[in-house]
Amino acid sequence: MKHLKKTWFDYFLVLFFVMILIVTLYPFLNVLAISFNDATDTLRNVNFIIPRQFTLYNYNYVFKEGGILMPLLLSIAKTVVGTVVGVISTAMLAYVLSRRDFVFQKLFTIMFVITMYVGGGLIPEYLLIMRTLHLGNNFLVYILPGLLWVYNMILVRSYIDGLPMALQEAAKLDGANDFQIWYIVIMPLCAPVIATIALFYAVGQWNSFMDTYLYAKNLPTLQYKLYEIMSQATMQLDPHSTGTMSKTVTPMAIRMAVTVVATVPIIIVYPFVQKYFVGGMTVGSVKS
Amino acid sequence: MAKQNVKHAQNKKKLSPALLWRQRYLLMMSLPFVIWLIIFKYIPLWGWTMAFQEVKPATFAVPIWERTFVGFENFMNAFKDRLFAQTIINTLGISILQIAVGTIVAILFAVFLNELAFFLGFKKLTQTISYLPHFVSWVIIASLAKNIFNDGGVLDTIFGRNLRLMSTNSPLIWIIIVIIDCWKEMGWNAIIYMSAMAGIDTGLYEAAEMDGANRFRKMWHITLPGIRSTIVVLLIMSIGGALNVGMERQMLLSNATVQDHTMVLSWFSYLRGIGNSDYGLGTALGVFQSVVGVTLLLIANKIAGLISDDKLV
Repeated sequence: MKHLKKTWFDYFLVLFFVMILIVTLYPFLNVLAISFNDATDTLRNVNFIIPRQFTLYNYNYVFKEGGILMPLLLSIAKTVVGTVVGVISTAMLAYVLSRRDFVFQKLFTIMFVITMYVGGGLIPEYLLIMRTLHLGNNFLVYILPGLLWVYNMILVRSYIDGLPMALQEAAKLDGANDFQIWYIVIMPLCAPVIATIALFYAVGQWNSFMDTYLYAKNLPTLQYKLYEIMSQATMQLDPHSTGTMSKTVTPMAIRMAVTVVATVPIIIVYPFVQKYFVGGMTVGSVKS
Repeated sequence: MAKQNVKHAQNKKKLSPALLWRQRYLLMMSLPFVIWLIIFKYIPLWGWTMAFQEVKPATFAVPIWERTFVGFENFMNAFKDRLFAQTIINTLGISILQIAVGTIVAILFAVFLNELAFFLGFKKLTQTISYLPHFVSWVIIASLAKNIFNDGGVLDTIFGRNLRLMSTNSPLIWIIIVIIDCWKEMGWNAIIYMSAMAGIDTGLYEAAEMDGANRFRKMWHITLPGIRSTIVVLLIMSIGGALNVGMERQMLLSNATVQDHTMVLSWFSYLRGIGNSDYGLGTALGVFQSVVGVTLLLIANKIAGLISDDKLV
């Protein structure tokens, strides 16, 4: 709707959304500013978004002594491996379940879809992973239990359903087997939907915290490390550096620096991918 | 598509070794995932039997048929637990508050954004930025929230006194949690309402304009009724999930002082089941949560069907 004449309501709306933007962004800017601010100075007053005494010391400390490097690498490894394995599994399964001539197509589809609605719950899953499969503190626990999301599989499958069938038939006439058809014909055509689900998996892996908390406390990821810092942190000075002249670091400053490190990848990625996410969300689940 | 299906249906033959051999690649490409599905999704479902057995760490290795069946004893013990009543109150309190506030805020956000007629860049920017918190993990959100709400945090300095927002052992913490959740998901939840609004016939607005309706009347009489079925469907679904308050969020936004009021069913089940190693009791709480969830969903659906035509199933 185009309103030629602006009324007071139009100005009110602009004001309203400017407020929303401030409220949304302020906590992020606040964390960013504190992470670059001198730790002792921060204790004076935390309400600022421009560093008062700029320093890189907090980051320096976090990477050199804060033990953040391993969790960071682990988070990256988990995100990369989880995404690659997840995408390949999802695409492969989606192709097979898009083949209406496959003998078990109906059966397998139903088996997968049911799990979207009913689950065993926390305790049985915990016991399976820890007591039966002994995956505790094993890197595989980050990959295997959440290997593929049925919702993503359905997204890819409905995308494949929309591709022209003639391509597959032509490849078949040329003597390609089903694996080759998937790999050579289908996969390249699926690039947009593959990008979408890759981002779903990547964001999910990067953000996940409960998997570490429940199953792999010895393999802390960045999110878990941040949780650990948070559950210890009260606003106290670090006992090792009480000298007034030397640089100090506080639990809060450490927490802020780690928070920024854990947030930056998301902030870089999400503006580019939001349209895929929005698309994926409004498509809704397409049932067979 | 229908044509293809017919064609495939004709090709579909009886299960035979020859057919399996012909489709061996398809089998090889799907069987590993079916096995994965059975292990990671169906075996835990079978684990529901534990709710009716006495299962402790020592007896976990015992085959399922040799464990002692205790009927509904686990459920009874759970209901008699001193924390159970408070847990249910917390779970429902937070849920209801969140459904009510979350829905209203998201609708308001969507309706207002829809009306925003200033330069297009601003609308787009607002929308993009409003999604940001949705993509950020709960751990990070908790870290941000601590700066704002904790003692000596941003709000305390603004008001110049200690508001004790996250350190008062009362349902105040429910409100704080709901505010944080709203802040995180508002822009994202509005998407679905925005897309419902895009489907409203613009002719309706024009006709209303002819009749001299102002913008508020148009919002009230056209926009809101236009997204009514979307609102109802989302409400039914959220009522069905009323007991499924996530343990992750609760745990991260909680602290020792307010824990009495942040304990929810999923967390309680974890605490008793894994913390106390009473697997049977923990599973019973999980089963209770699922069964009540489905019941609530059906009731909400029925009520929605009675008062309007909008039903989920």
